[in-house]
Amino acid sequence: MITYPFTYIRPKSLAEAVAALAASPDAKLIAGGQTLIATMKQRLASPAMLIDIARLGELRFIRREGEAIVVGAGSRHSDIATSKDVTSTLPALAELAETIGDPAVRHMGTLGGSLANNDPAADYPAAVLALAASITTTNRTIAADDFFQGMFTTALEEGEIIKHVAFPIPERAAYAKFPNPASRYALVGVFVAKGPHGVRVAVTGAAPSVFRVPEMEAALAKSFSADAVAGIAVPADALNSDIHASAEYRAHLVAVMARRAVKAALGRS
Amino acid sequence: MPSLTMTVNGKSVTADVEERTLLVYFLREHLRLTGTHIGCDTSQCGACVVHVDGEAVKSCSLFAVQADGSDVVTIEGLAKDGKLHPVQEAFRENHGLQCGFCTPGMIMTAVDMIRRKPELDRETIRHELEGNICRCTGYHNIVSAIEDAAKRMAGGAA
Repeated sequence: MITYPFTYIRPKSLAEAVAALAASPDAKLIAGGQTLIATMKQRLASPAMLIDIARLGELRFIRREGEAIVVGAGSRHSDIATSKDVTSTLPALAELAETIGDPAVRHMGTLGGSLANNDPAADYPAAVLALAASITTTNRTIAADDFFQGMFTTALEEGEIIKHVAFPIPERAAYAKFPNPASRYALVGVFVAKGPHGVRVAVTGAAPSVFRVPEMEAALAKSFSADAVAGIAVPADALNSDIHASAEYRAHLVAVMARRAVKAALGRS
Repeated sequence: MPSLTMTVNGKSVTADVEERTLLVYFLREHLRLTGTHIGCDTSQCGACVVHVDGEAVKSCSLFAVQADGSDVVTIEGLAKDGKLHPVQEAFRENHGLQCGFCTPGMIMTAVDMIRRKPELDRETIRHELEGNICRCTGYHNIVSAIEDAAKRMAGGAA
């Protein structure tokens, strides 16, 4: 499949990328391109220019800063899955990264690309929201609760580039995913975290955008056990219904995945 | 048209290509390295897997310009001095192919898998192969071949 024609530049710094983006309103950033290129091949996207930020060292780092793990937006899923800083303090995030796509896709796709795209079935949004992470861009820092605004929609403004994401290290956390058997995207994925921001439960794959489940959070705050969420159902009316699963089935999966995530979080010593 | 330079199977290559040229088309049609196959063209099947800077990627989902300055290895670059790579040898001996269409991608994925995880059990191999599809459904012998290759390479045969 052949995309529409475009021009390509590879800026040498983030500042150069910001300037290029500001100067070319029809340009798009490309990092791993594992969603963008497929979309361009289907001719659903036709950027006039691609600004390749995949090799910017400023965006490719993972480090511990106090009680948080800070991940550069250009970190690939394979970097996050194998980072010693992540596997030792936030194994749930490493495990989540390991469930994305397949090994070849994980060598290309990035955290920043996934968050900026905000696919309803992407995995990272669940981790970012449940861990109350903060997203730092070239302009400002955005709290997870304000970042995800709807299907493929975020708080990012034109010309704004995600620099890094700070994940507060939780006491316990786990991600349980029911993957679509063909695409490996989340049919339903539930991330449960107990940490400095209390207990937070975030669901991806089920609705037009990632969302929290306050009833489950309240129950888990009282008693962090799989039984605590056993009786809590998420209403099906706001959930997605498509060829892969009905809204009712997704609602059922949210409850099942929530229990599995709590059990997995408790299973970590 | 931009000019790009990359190393392909150890040799430096410079060419003028349109920006929208996918790496797989650059390899097959410009360089005539047709061992890398196009199966689905949608990043599902893994027939197009090559190594860029030492890591397996799907060359149908990468523009050639993104690999400008990189070191690319294709299935043609694995054998050295007329001697098959241990993974190729293991595929041959374990009958790890039927029609052979998926084989280049399977082998490039297997080499990358063994690099990252030298100690492989059959379950891990199957999990790691989730991005490679064999439409002959010949997975059993593919898994055996990779298991065998990992043992040979651990024994210093590489």
